Order: sequence, then structure tokens, then C-alpha cells
Amino acid sequence: MSIAKSLPHDAALLHVTGKARYTDDIPAPRDALHLAFGMSTIARGKILSIDLTDVRAAAGVHSVITLEDLPFDNDVSAVAHDEPLLAKGEVHFLGQPLFIVAADSHLAARKAARKAKVEYAPETPILTIEDALAANSRFESAPLVWRKGDADAALARAPRTLTGSLTMGGQEHFYLEGQVAMAWPQENGDMLVNCSTQHPTEIQHKVAEALGTHMHAVRVETRRMGGGFGGKESQGNSLAIACALAARATGRVCRMRYDRDDDMMITGKRHDFRIDYRVGYDDTGRILGIDVTHYTRCGWAQDLSLAVADRAMLHAENAYLIADMRITSHRLKTNMQSATAYRGFGGPQGLFGMEQIIAHLAHETGIDPITLRQRNYYQPMGSAGAENTTPYGMQVTDFILQDMTDRLLDTADYTARRAAVDDWNRTNARLKKGIAFSPVKFGISFTATHYNQAGSLVHIYQDGSVALNHGGTEMGQGLFLKVAQIAAEALGIDIDRIRITATDTAKVPNTSATAASSGSDLNGAAAHAACVTLRQRMADCLGPLYQTPPEAVRFADDQVHFAEQSITFAEAARICYFQRVALSATGHYKTPDISWDRIKGQGRAFYYFAYGCAISEVVIDTLTGENRILRADILHDTGASLNPVIDIGQVEGAYVQGAGWLTTEELVWDDKGLLRTHAPSTYKIPACSDRPRIFNVALVNRPAPLPTVYRSKAVGEPPFMHGISAFLALQDAVAACGPTWPALRAPATAESILQAVARAQTGAEK
Amino acid sequence: MLYAASGRAIRTWIKDSGELCKMEISFLLNGETAHITADPTRTLLDWLREERGLKGTKEGCNEGDCGACTVMVTDETGPRAMNACILFLPQLAGKAVRTVEGVAAPDGNLSPVQEAMVNHHGSQCGFCTPGFIMSMTAAHIAGAQNHDDILAGNLCRCTGYAPIIRAAESAATKPVPQWLQDQPSALPITSTDTAYLPETSDDLAQWYAANPDATLIAGATDVGLWVTKQLRDLPKVAFLNRVRDLQTVTVTGDSIHIGAGVTMNQLLPYLRQYHPSYAEMVRRYASHQVRNAATIGGNVANGSPIGDNPPALIALGATLHLRHGDTRRSLPIEDFFIAYGKQDRAKGEFVEAITIPTTAPALRVYKLSKRFDQDISTACGAFNVTVTDGIVTDARIAFGGMAATPKRASAVEAALLGQLWGTATEAALAAFATDYQPLSDMRASAAYRLEAAQGLLLRYIDDLAGKQTHVLEVSA
Repeated sequence: MSIAKSLPHDAALLHVTGKARYTDDIPAPRDALHLAFGMSTIARGKILSIDLTDVRAAAGVHSVITLEDLPFDNDVSAVAHDEPLLAKGEVHFLGQPLFIVAADSHLAARKAARKAKVEYAPETPILTIEDALAANSRFESAPLVWRKGDADAALARAPRTLTGSLTMGGQEHFYLEGQVAMAWPQENGDMLVNCSTQHPTEIQHKVAEALGTHMHAVRVETRRMGGGFGGKESQGNSLAIACALAARATGRVCRMRYDRDDDMMITGKRHDFRIDYRVGYDDTGRILGIDVTHYTRCGWAQDLSLAVADRAMLHAENAYLIADMRITSHRLKTNMQSATAYRGFGGPQGLFGMEQIIAHLAHETGIDPITLRQRNYYQPMGSAGAENTTPYGMQVTDFILQDMTDRLLDTADYTARRAAVDDWNRTNARLKKGIAFSPVKFGISFTATHYNQAGSLVHIYQDGSVALNHGGTEMGQGLFLKVAQIAAEALGIDIDRIRITATDTAKVPNTSATAASSGSDLNGAAAHAACVTLRQRMADCLGPLYQTPPEAVRFADDQVHFAEQSITFAEAARICYFQRVALSATGHYKTPDISWDRIKGQGRAFYYFAYGCAISEVVIDTLTGENRILRADILHDTGASLNPVIDIGQVEGAYVQGAGWLTTEELVWDDKGLLRTHAPSTYKIPACSDRPRIFNVALVNRPAPLPTVYRSKAVGEPPFMHGISAFLALQDAVAACGPTWPALRAPATAESILQAVARAQTGAEK
Repeated sequence: MLYAASGRAIRTWIKDSGELCKMEISFLLNGETAHITADPTRTLLDWLREERGLKGTKEGCNEGDCGACTVMVTDETGPRAMNACILFLPQLAGKAVRTVEGVAAPDGNLSPVQEAMVNHHGSQCGFCTPGFIMSMTAAHIAGAQNHDDILAGNLCRCTGYAPIIRAAESAATKPVPQWLQDQPSALPITSTDTAYLPETSDDLAQWYAANPDATLIAGATDVGLWVTKQLRDLPKVAFLNRVRDLQTVTVTGDSIHIGAGVTMNQLLPYLRQYHPSYAEMVRRYASHQVRNAATIGGNVANGSPIGDNPPALIALGATLHLRHGDTRRSLPIEDFFIAYGKQDRAKGEFVEAITIPTTAPALRVYKLSKRFDQDISTACGAFNVTVTDGIVTDARIAFGGMAATPKRASAVEAALLGQLWGTATEAALAAFATDYQPLSDMRASAAYRLEAAQGLLLRYIDDLAGKQTHVLEVSA
């Protein structure tokens, strides 16, 4: 058995010895050129002139590429064709690339890029949600509205109603490896691109457009990324295209990596949101109707914003069955970096909104927040005939949070700890504790239906070694290992026989982004399909040779078993080769049964849901707002885990990253549109000591109800939302300071907490 | 112009363009001697990756914050984890450098730290891993087990740190392999007329008086960023890390004399003994790697309004010793900070030492920052109040991050002096607004800074009364 084993990451040995090769580590020829962008220094305005004399004259500069030098398409966008590589006459955010410098070193390119003299006619930038609403600056002509039932009628009928508003910040990905690409010019105008991307096919597509050629002339290879988190789904396009253009123009290998500050100034981040809500409910806390409005800042270009905002709407009710609900979504265009994919892809924002609504309702009614959640949960799996549809009309058939909640409350000793926290707060005036629970129900599938497919290419060599290719990319999540485990299981071989190869658009075409947590579901199933094909061909060949019907040939324990005897897999491969069996096969998988209409907001958007729940305990200082997570307990559903230790690693890492989003990670733009937090010195992701000292993570390990690959479930994004429990615990601690709803704002920095303490105590802003 | 100092060889390289002076530098790299010729402000990281072809050491931020570039540097004081991205090559002269490529045994076997990281699943994307390996290796050799402090300067975005800590705990129980124990060797040290490596403070004083426009580089944790982020050229520099007589801490009677070249980590044990609250602040001062490089003299001399030592030193009544050539003068440290970017330091004059008292039982230093570790202060407050028979008879209170310079809270002190301790609180709280008109920036608003500073006075009162006052003291 290879699946369900806790094998270490396939590259662990390379990681710890420094031998794992990332894009910037690939040896380049001595005459390779290094690129840097010249960037806009204002957020909005017309470009009157660009004087590049000093740039061209700077030490080490080989050439400068401007708008006029671009031979074909000047666009790096993922979808809307609205994102020029180099600004065309006007700038839309502070940091926008204006020109490309190619120099003999990274440092020389960076130095030269700052020497441009650019004259602008500045215009007032649109920065805030309020600015954008006032200017009607938005993507799509009007807000998108989805409805289930009649929210207005439900609110009108409800015995009680509650209204409120909340805000949450964006988030910088802070992948440790910044954006990087390199391009190798080939004969016949072809181009080889190495880059750190979650989406090699899109890089291939966009590079081909920029070079005025076809996709067959561009090959993109990605061995690994030093972290992605969504930030390398579309944000690497600019670098790859710039490298390809410069390589075409100079005939030399060209490499580009962003210095960290440039990376943070140029690339998009998680979307920030304001959410307004009206809730109707009864005396028991049963929610009767919700009218919720999302306002999201998308930045200057569309990028993936529509899909992100859609997914926020798709998670606006989280785990709760709401009879009547209206969800309105405003996608606002602002003069900032174009917000992009980030782990959860809008899901965390929508879900956080709902959990804050529940927290507010619990505070208002005095009902225990967990009881309130349990009363409003979807019906459990197996509740035949019950009304159990989402606001977008999808039947929820696999809901398991009731059992999971009970189990976690028990293992985390919640009741006793809740009492202990309350005791603490009665006797401590200045340090207050808080404890909170949050559930997550997260939909698995791309809402762009065509993305729900994957391909693979598996070769068995005559010595019995196996080369495994698929369209997924490795960014640390252990995808390559999981897919190899699936292939080893399907072929009945030792995993050491398998070489996991770099993702390569020349081997597997038309890949989807490794995103939406779908990597192992899609690519694992595609690899499985190829292995089944190969196994069948081998059985068809070998069965008659060993007097065994092909269907009775078994592949297991690194052997091929027949009626009377067994041979090694290597021997089997050798025989099949001599018998002229095709030992290379492709596999393909497409997710079944999904259909989705994003305009109507109706359909089966997801193949299934992944579930989880978490309890966090915190302490705050009411004099300074300083705070700390003391303990976290998590129970998470990964179906029948393909690799429990990899999955637990995903859950632990996601919790800390999610807690970071809602606590110390604060993006600050000034009133000119300058991002003031553009380096780790000013943007604070969790450090080592910020993890909870007591950190208990368990997997449900229960086979998925639907036939996913080996009954496993996706794991990348769903556990990110367990960080919400840390935020709710902080708010619970603040609520111990006074009678008023604290409406803690995210991120809950020390300052945000101190403001909320004042609200709790006095009901007013300080 | 050549400077004969300590009889060492002095050579000058001038490119045909006349722009750059390169210098010869020798050090041990993964156990083998490296003799190189380099620009004095070339960073070790760039040299390793771009010239030496050693790509295991990673660039994550290029400003000493993320630790992906961590290497181990050994000199006669022992091994230290340092950030290669803000370490200039001349700082390594005569030392031993070990990178991630040099951690496994010569036969390829993994070191205990590497093995533990594999077994405990401490890597996911793997990009931060070499830096973690180096921090953990230096700690393993030193026998340090305060893993959270050691690793505060290594950021990981994938794992949530828990498996890395499990690995560090596991490795700590294993013996240190012989092959990792570097010894610095007596390699020649060479200066040029634009990059000077003095061995004594006398040499430094003479050279700096003659070259007052030069940049003095001690730990390079600040000056490093002038090069990597501001992309400045530094035409003339002196590296102070070899000036041993500036790196001593001397306790005499009731005072502690701290040489300007003492790093924050070298100072820490003394602070733990004499001023534990100040030591707790220094524990959270930047990161382990930065504290291994940054000197107290550099932190004072750069005059930052948010430098963390100055408020503590002002509250202690520290004396600053300055030197120009053969002329020395001393002044109360609070008088050194004149205005933003302006200190009482003449051209060619440098910080030589700082003197603090051995006893200040009521000293408390509180650092507020967005994140506990490896963060720049939002505000840092130091309180040192003497209460005699219930009456406040002396008060020294100072803050960083609240004004254009580190600054005493004179009005707050005045409101407390002569009053019964604990009774004049309202007046003292109100006086903060007289002392400070802080700025709003990306770290916090002015309103928060003022309110939190007031909160720190309330905390101080509780703290002296022996109450539990800090969230870091609380467990689940």
C-alpha cells in the first residue's frame, strides 16, 4: 500500500541539503541578462513623458525595452485582456511597470531602473470602497445579486432583526521565494520558459501571445515553487513575458526576479472586504433570513476578481441552512495593486462574514455561540427528504459537522475551559481571556467549469522504472508525493520506482492552474487513469504468458501476481517491452456532475464539500491591545487521507496563515496610494513564537461519500479558515471588557483590539 | 593615499573607470580557504549565489528579516547564525563561513538537524529550509534550546512552525558532529584606501579623523539596507568587527562599561544578570541573527527614533563616550539625540562606549510591536522610578517611537515627583500628551501610541506591585 502512508515530502532531502533547485538557482550562461521593471511612482494619471537617457547610460545596462518595442500583444491578464505588461499612456496604480531594463546583473538592473525621469499629469486616485462607490468605479455594470427565497419578506416577518457591518483586510502572500522567471531562446523563434508558477499553461498562452506565435512554440517548465498560496496563479505572467520578450530581442537567456519590495509593490494580494448585513431571527436564535452585501476592493485590473467575489458569495452562508437569503456583491475598481487569488479565493472572506454575523447574534441574544451554530447547521448527511439547499440551489448531501463539532468539543475539553476562561475574566481586570469555536464548510471544484480537468503522462521504462508527469505544480503542498503514491498504488509498485518530474507543458498540455485545492483530486485521478490503462495493457500481454486470465493478474507488493507464480515488476516491464507493448499512456480526468451558472447564482457549483472545525483560546492586554493565541484544537476532514502527515502539515500551516490574516498582517496604503507595508520589516506574518503553544490537530479520516480518488478529499484551502476561531476568541476576550458588541475589526492588531475594548466598555469610538 | 596600520599589507585596486576599489579577502568557506577579490560592499549572499555557484542559500527579503539566507559564521567567539543578505564580504575576513551545502557529512550523511527536519516533516516548499537548517545548526553546536528565540528570525509561510520546533527539540538530544565545528584560521587581512579593517580603536580613531566622510560599518544590519534597498554606493567604508577592544563589557564597582562594538547577543547575558527587564526587551530586539551582528554602538549612533536601546539607556541614566582622534568626551545619553536625524556627534567622531549602572531594581522596559518577535517597535517605554517611603523621589521615563528622537517624558516625571506612588496617576497620564505628539504610520496611529504609552504606566504600577502584567506570562 502506498496511499494512506505518512511518507515524508519527496524533496525533503533536497530541501535540507540546499540541493532543491528553484528557478533562480538554475545555472545560467555567463552572458545571461537580468531584468528589472521601472515602476510608476504615482497611483493614477497620464504619462506625459519618459526620459530613459540615464537608464540606458547606467553601469551594466545592455538594453531597455519600452512600450514601443513590444512586437505583439501587450497584455498579461488572466481573463479580461485589461492588464498591459507596460503602461499605455496612463498609470493605474503606484508600482505599475513602465519599462524593462536588461542588465548584466540583478543589482545593475535594479539600480538603472530607478534612474528614469517620468513626467505625469496626476489624477486623484480612487482608493477606498467609499471612493469607488461614489465614482461608480466597478467591474461589471452592476452588483451581482443571488437569491434564495425572499429575504425581504423573511426579515419583515422575523420576530427580531439585527444589522451590522464589518471589515476585513487583505493579505500579502509572502511566499518565501519571490516571483521569478527565466527564458531560453530556441531555434526557430521558439522559447523555453522556467518559472515559479501555479499555472504553466497560462504562462505558455500569454508568452505565445506576446511573441506572436503559437502555444506549440513555447514550452514552460516548473519543477517547484518556494510557496505559492494563489500568488503564483496569475502574478508570474509579467515576469515570464518580460523574459521571453527580452530573450527574443537579445538572443540571450534572460532572468527576472522581483526584489521583495518590488514584489509586494507590484503583485496583487487577497481582496479586502466590507460586509453589511441584516439578519432576521426568532427567540431561539434560529436564523430566518439574511440580506448580506459584499463590497470588495479589486484593484486596478480584473484579474481573477470576479471568480474570487463569486466564491465569497458561495461561502456567504458557511455551514448554515438559511431559508431566505439575498447576497449582493460589489466588485470595486480601485487604483491599487490588482487583488488576486489567495488560498481560499474569496471563501475565507465570505465565510468570515457569516461567522461574524453568528458571533454578533450570539452576543445580542445571549445564546451560547456554539449552541447557536448547532441550531442553524445544515441537516446531517443521510437526512432524507429534508430541505437542505444552499443559497445557490445546491443540495448539501454530505454534511458532517454535527458529529465533528461534538467530537471536537469533547477532545478539546471545551465546556470546562469555557468556565475556566470566565473565571479568569472575573478575577483579572487587565488581562482578559477568550475562547471560541468556528466551523468551515468549503466547496471543492473550480467555478470555471472547464478547469475541472487534468491530464497525465506515465511512462514505464523497460527496467521497470516509472516517470510520472501530470499538470499539477508543486509549491510545497506535497502534491507530487500524493500523486506518486496514487500511481504506486495503482501499479502495485514501490514508490521508489517512480521519478516525479517537473511540470512541463510539452508533456501534459492544457493544464489547469494548481489551485482551488484541486491538485490531488484532479491530477491524482488523471494519473490513476493512465496507470489503469498501463496495468491493463500489461495484464493483457502477461496473462496469457502465465496461463492467467488478464482480469486475474494482480499488481501488488512491487510484483505482478499470476495464478501460479509472481514476477517482479521490473521483469514484467522487461517482458512487456520485448512483447512490444506500449508502455506509455496518458490519463485524463474531468470532475463529474457539476454545473454552474454564475450570473443566476444557481447550480451544483461543487462536487463535494470539505469540513472542519477549530477552537482557539487567547489572552489580550486591555491596556495595550497585545494578544496571544494560547491554544488551538482542530478537527479536519480530508476524507480517507492520502498521506496523513502531509495533510496535518497543511492544516497546521493553514491555521497559522489564517490567524495571521486576521491578526498581525496589516496592509497599509497611504492617501497617495503608496503601499507602506512592502517588506517583512513592516508587514508581519506570524513568526515562530506566534504559533499556539498547545496545538492539537486531528483528521476525521473517514472515506469521502463520493468516488474521489481513493475516497480522499482536498486539503489546501479549507483549513485556512480555522484561523477565524482565533479572531473570534480575541473578540470574545474583548467582549469580557464591557456590555456592548465590540465589533472587532480585522486584522485584529493591538490597535484594533484596543479600539474594540473601548467600544465594549463605552459603546462608542475612542 | 595609503594608511599603514598594524603593519598589515595595504593594496589598492582601481578599475580602469576609476570607480570601484576591490579588495582581497580571505576566509574559510565550508572548511576550505577562499581567497577572493571583491567590491567591499558586495554581500555574502550575492557572492555565494552569483559567483561561487552555491545556490543553497536563498534570498527571501534582502533586508535581514526573513532568515532564508542564514549562514553560520565562526570566529574566536564561537559560531553565530547571521543573515548573508546584509553581510558584506570584508566582515568575513579571517572567519569561517558555513553554508547549507556544508552541513551534511563529507560522506553525504545528514547532520542531526537535517535528519530531524526530514523525520519531523519540517519542510514543505523548502525555500526557507536552508536558513532554518543553519540557525538550528548554530544552536545545536552552542547547545541552545530556546528554539523560539533562536528561530524568531526565520520566517516560514507553509508549516506553521510546529514541525520545525519538533525537529529542533529532537536534534538537541543528539551529539554535535565533529565536521561542523569550524575554527577560524589566521588568514591575512587586507585593507584598501577606501575599505579599512582596523584592529584597534586607536587605529580606527586616527583613520576616521582623517576620513570623516567614511561610513563606519559595525554589524551592517542598518547600513546593509542602504546598499540592498536604497541602492546607495558607499565610496569609503571602515568595518569595525575586528576592533576587539571595542567589544568588551567591563563591570567595575557600580557601573557597567559597554564597548560600542558589543553585539546585542553579547550584551544579553549581562543584562539578564543586572537588568532582567531590559534583557527581556533585548530578547525581542530584532532576531537572533540580527542580534548576532547588531552592536549597541550602532543602535545608538544611527539615532533612530525607534531604536530600542536608547529609551532603556536614558531611563538608566547612561553615559555615552565619544571619541575623535585622541580626544574623548562623555555626555548623558539623552543629550546625544538632538533632532530627527541629528545627533551630537562631530564629523570623524564615533561612539566608543556606554556606561550604565549595575543596579536599577525598578527599571522596566516595555516594547510594543505588531508582532512580538522580529519587529520594529510601535513604541518602546522604559520606566525607572525611585520610591522612598511611599514618595516618588526620582523618576526617569523615556520612550522610543513617540517623538522624532528617543525622548524623556519630562512632564510625566514631574507629575509623579514628590507624589505618593500610585496617587498621581491621573495627572501623570494626562502629562503624556505634553511630552509626546507621536506620528501616525503603518505601525499604529498617533492615538494608539499615546493611549498605549499611558497603558504602560499603568502596567508599570502593577508590575512593581508584583502582579502578572504581560500576555507572554499567561498560558492556557
